[in-house]
Amino acid sequence: MSTVIAFSTAARVEPQRLETSAPMNMPARQADMAAANIERQPPVPTMETATAPVSRTRTRVAAILRAVILPTFTFLAVLAVWAFVNAKITSDIPAPAEAWTRAVEVLGSPFYDAGPNDMGIGWQVLYSLGRVMAGFALAVVVGIPVGFLMGASRAIHQACYPLVQILRPVSPLAWLPIGLLVFQAKDPSAIFVIFITSIWPVIVNTAAGVQAIPQDYLNVARVLRLGKLEVTRRILIPATLPHILTGMRLSLSVAWMVIVAAEMLTGGIGIGFYVWDEWNNLNVASIIVAIGVIGLVGILLESVMNLAQRHFDYNRR
Amino acid sequence: MSYLNISNVDVVFPTANGAYIALREVHLEIEKGEFIAIIGHSGCGKSTVLNVVAGLLPATRGGVLLENREVNSPGPDRAVVFQNHSLLPWLTVYENVRIAVDKVFGKSKSKAERHDWTVHNLKLVHMEHALDKLPGAISGGMKQRVGIARALAMEPKVLLMDEPFGALDALTRAHLQESVMEIQATLNNTVLMITHDVDEAVLLSDRIVMMTNGPAATVGEILPVDLPRPRNRLELADDPTYNHYRAEVLRFLYERQRRPEAA
Ligand SMILES: Nc1ncnc2c1ncn2[C@@H]1O[C@H](COP(=O)(O)OP(=O)(O)OP(=O)(O)O)[C@@H](O)[C@H]1O
Ligand SMILES: [Mg+2]
Repeated sequence: MSTVIAFSTAARVEPQRLETSAPMNMPARQADMAAANIERQPPVPTMETATAPVSRTRTRVAAILRAVILPTFTFLAVLAVWAFVNAKITSDIPAPAEAWTRAVEVLGSPFYDAGPNDMGIGWQVLYSLGRVMAGFALAVVVGIPVGFLMGASRAIHQACYPLVQILRPVSPLAWLPIGLLVFQAKDPSAIFVIFITSIWPVIVNTAAGVQAIPQDYLNVARVLRLGKLEVTRRILIPATLPHILTGMRLSLSVAWMVIVAAEMLTGGIGIGFYVWDEWNNLNVASIIVAIGVIGLVGILLESVMNLAQRHFDYNRR
Repeated sequence: MSYLNISNVDVVFPTANGAYIALREVHLEIEKGEFIAIIGHSGCGKSTVLNVVAGLLPATRGGVLLENREVNSPGPDRAVVFQNHSLLPWLTVYENVRIAVDKVFGKSKSKAERHDWTVHNLKLVHMEHALDKLPGAISGGMKQRVGIARALAMEPKVLLMDEPFGALDALTRAHLQESVMEIQATLNNTVLMITHDVDEAVLLSDRIVMMTNGPAATVGEILPVDLPRPRNRLELADDPTYNHYRAEVLRFLYERQRRPEAA
């Protein structure tokens, strides 16, 4: 009994100390006492602990400065090239200052609504996001079960994989005419395109996730005599969740890129058509503002998925 | 009839180059409460024997009887401690044991009893301090402890351990061996344990089953270990009987069953 207690205490101290404190071959009583001693033993002050705080804050500050300064340089360089293009190559590209004025204007009242042909950029983004979310949600609902089946059954995998391989590299926009034909409406067609965009990474990653489940986990399930439903709920889903989330994250970022292109073609309210409309009005400053907004929304979506992964992925908790 | 009867088991694996006979006529009778160590060179078929007893692998010929009933599928009455712990990484230490407790005692124990039983088994292996940790956050030795707790919590008729301490450093392994001996003294389980370690086999077991090299591996020799319990590794180090047993096993492994590639 006592030797084991000695272990459980000793196991929590660092390995170097373990050797000197409670060796396993020490008589039981003595080992107990040794183990008790470790807990009371105050941390040994060393040179390192005395000097560490100063140098550590210094390196921390240096790291932060670098993380701020280096990107600032890059931005400034881009601005310089931009200004140069405006000044020396073509004045059709507005100067940075002009774009800034436009940005203040556009972002100042993002949610104004002056009829369906004239709405604030906030509305445009929301409409686009709505389509992305609809298509993405459909893809997740369809793609996860399909991926599961493909991962779990060799036959289904063999049956479906070639099709997936052929369709996956196709630009989702190629599906737009098909969507327009089938749905006879722009909105469902755009959603359909997003669905097609999003579904491949979800299917492929889910299937890979199921296939990557270690046989050991399944053996545990067999020893416990878990039923099919229990295996799915308690083993398959949690084990594949990290892969599924990776697939969803890929899907979402591509979907956000594709929606802009799709809306340019379908028209209606949305950030993609906004860009196209401003181009037709030769309002290049607005396009530059829209590019910035699209990028920022992309980062936002990315961080939402990051958050989800941190929450659900046991590797990241 | 003995408690656990491994009766003339053959295992043949179909492979690309034809059938591979892994085991031939493996016969072993184990009494209730016995601690059996299986030792043999790598790849001889130890895990295969264990998997057949666990029901994870069907025997090609022969079979396994537990309390005179044939076993042919896995079940919690033959709990397995896997070599690489195989805890479910998304469940906490507590939940990893609780899932087994819920499955085995879902009908016979109340919720509160199942909780207590879960904690009780984790206390047996001295892991009650880490109930809410994920497996990723504890050491290899601790994971193996939790794996043992999960198996014990099923109250198995036979506890099967496949090189449970193989991946651990010598110190941690020694501590876990102490744990196993201590638990064995209290619960008197029937245990079938695979090991590579001669000292571990002599220290822990009542009988050591030495397997011949594959293909067509079988039981080569059985060495009864007649040392009084509780056993203390320090005292045994100078014990002539202990050293005799040790030498017997070594002789079997390194003279009679020299590894083919080492010859
Ligand atoms: N599914 C399988 N298909 C084909 N051959 C297999 C299979 N499983 C095991 N074998 C072969 O059977 C033999 C015995 O394997 P087993 O895993 O039981 O050995 P072991 O004694 O446990 O080895 P180790 O000590 O390395 O764990 C090996 O030669 C192995 O290659
Ligand atoms: Mg093995």
